Amino acid sequence: MAILQVKQVSKLFGPHAEQGLELLEQGFSKARLAKEKNITVGVNRVSFDIQQGEIFVIMGLSGSGKSTLVRLLNRLIEPTSGEILIHGKDLRKMNKEQLREVRRKKISMVFQKFALFPHRTVIDNVEYGLEIQKVDKKLRRDKAMTALELVGLKGWEDKMPHELSGGMQQRVGLARALANDPEILLMDEAFSALDPLIRRDMQDELIELQDKMKKTIVFITHDLDEALRIGDRIALMKDGAVVQIGTPEEILTQPANDYVERFVEDVDLSKVLTAAHVMRRPETITPDRGPRVALELMRERGISNLFVIDRTKKMLGVITAEDASDAMRNNRKLEDILVTDGPKVGPDTLLNELFEITSLSKVPLAVVDDNGRLLGVIVRGAVLGALAGESKSEEVKQDA
Amino acid sequence: MPKIPLASWIESLVDWMGTYLAGLFDTIAFIIQKVVGFFNYVFMLPHPYLFILILAVLAWFLGRLPLTLFTAIGFLVIDNLGYWSQTMSTLSLVITSALISVLLGVPLGILTAYSKTASRILIPILDFMQTMPAFVYLLPAVTFFSLGVVPGVIASVIFAIPPTIRLTRLGIMQVSGELTEAADAFGSTSAQKLFKVQLPLALPTLMAGINQTIMLSLSMVVIASMIGAQGIGAEVYRAVTQLQIGKGFEAGLAVVILAIVLDRFTQNIFKSKKRGA
Repeated sequence: MAILQVKQVSKLFGPHAEQGLELLEQGFSKARLAKEKNITVGVNRVSFDIQQGEIFVIMGLSGSGKSTLVRLLNRLIEPTSGEILIHGKDLRKMNKEQLREVRRKKISMVFQKFALFPHRTVIDNVEYGLEIQKVDKKLRRDKAMTALELVGLKGWEDKMPHELSGGMQQRVGLARALANDPEILLMDEAFSALDPLIRRDMQDELIELQDKMKKTIVFITHDLDEALRIGDRIALMKDGAVVQIGTPEEILTQPANDYVERFVEDVDLSKVLTAAHVMRRPETITPDRGPRVALELMRERGISNLFVIDRTKKMLGVITAEDASDAMRNNRKLEDILVTDGPKVGPDTLLNELFEITSLSKVPLAVVDDNGRLLGVIVRGAVLGALAGESKSEEVKQDA
Repeated sequence: MPKIPLASWIESLVDWMGTYLAGLFDTIAFIIQKVVGFFNYVFMLPHPYLFILILAVLAWFLGRLPLTLFTAIGFLVIDNLGYWSQTMSTLSLVITSALISVLLGVPLGILTAYSKTASRILIPILDFMQTMPAFVYLLPAVTFFSLGVVPGVIASVIFAIPPTIRLTRLGIMQVSGELTEAADAFGSTSAQKLFKVQLPLALPTLMAGINQTIMLSLSMVVIASMIGAQGIGAEVYRAVTQLQIGKGFEAGLAVVILAIVLDRFTQNIFKSKKRGA
């Protein structure tokens, strides 16, 4: 079951917010509500489910309502309507104490400008969440130290926040959120205030941490590259509404409308698409066949090489047509002409890493999984083709 | 158009309060009397030289050499001029009114920071209190508390409390929204948010308010002496009314020395707190 369900949640600001809700249903636009009724639509009937353990990215430009939306998830801002279910329990129906309990135990937050308490040391900052739960002093210190170690800041516990660099301060912010051992982490533009290089590192580390801890992360960003790098799924927001929800690949390859398409048009696909996207079904043969059969197969399919696999689909190597006809004349077996040191890549290899490998290799690239099983092959043209797919759609749009 | 009988209204209000709230005023007067008496007793307990030594040691820890020298020499001069006991009673009055101002002012400041209604009501009253000529407070203070040190303290509190309230409010409101949001996001109760985040961060501003309150109540002592509050202010007042320029200068100098020492002491306490934080 989804850990967090958001159902038709809206947030309207203004004196007659309730009335605005009806008008929205009647089809009033955000601009018209603002102009005629003085109502600002922060979040407009948003629904989504977040699964346990995924990194769910909410992306949008400034003013798209993403920061408001994330604050609805722990009720830092009261929703105007809709349901927010955590483990099936409606956050909006909770009283103050129940809500506090959820914030203490289930949901932690990391802030854009870190929001560290400047009068507390690093370790006291990390301890804050436990301190207000009145956790035993020694226990909370231990937990805070563990969290601090996790983000690589051991030895900095007695410094004041202002003595740390931006990247380190946000690690403290992250450690503070992790110290509570929450199930859900809300990260509001958590890396936006950092330098690009440090941001990169933090993204990588977050993914690493996530592999270890399996939290559910709701990550807010305005940066598409960031969303594509870390998101398992992305919700794209515009004017307070969710325009499209999907995996990074879905967003890029099947944009739901013009807005999304415009949004993603500048994305360097080579940094997003992987080997798994461009590979084709391999032509294979088992090693117990002779060179004659192999040659016949190649002629039939119109190709110049064949991948040799065993019965468990484990890849043994590749044979070329040239070698095969030699072997046939000299009466040798397939094993003798097997090229075993051909290039292999994993299915998650990014396209931009494939360029060089394919250009240097005479035979197609083998895509194999961790157990050495052949998943597919990549021929040189496929990489370029995948990228060309994007430029083609651009041309079409320019014509229109 | 007839004149609005504002003056007689105020008078009947004061009369009414004097009649029906007498018990309350008596209790307040009793407490203030005791507190001022207590401080005066403590300050007069040691020999002046011992007291000066204690102050000098304190000054050393708070402000190093210049403040130590100034404190020691300043108070020796006061003792030498023969204003020791008057200065001590003034100090008792100032400390008492500052204490009351802080005890009332900080909670009121917090209240105005939290509640819009409270600040809408209280802020104009503070403006009123600060701009109304200070002498005017003396009259109701005398009506309710008769003559002596108690109305002096009351008048000082009314005159000196606004900075504490205002700067407490300002300090709390200056705490960035992100920090209070963070406190909320981790599940703080209102009290936890106030005591663990807002007040510690408001402390430097709040302390500046307390410093101002102390200085204002000191500036009130000469005025308070007009209604019989004893102390160095009374000496100044007497010198002024008798046109004794020399004595007036001596007593005035004692006030100045006390003011500078109090100001530096309070400022440095707050600075050292900031360093320690």
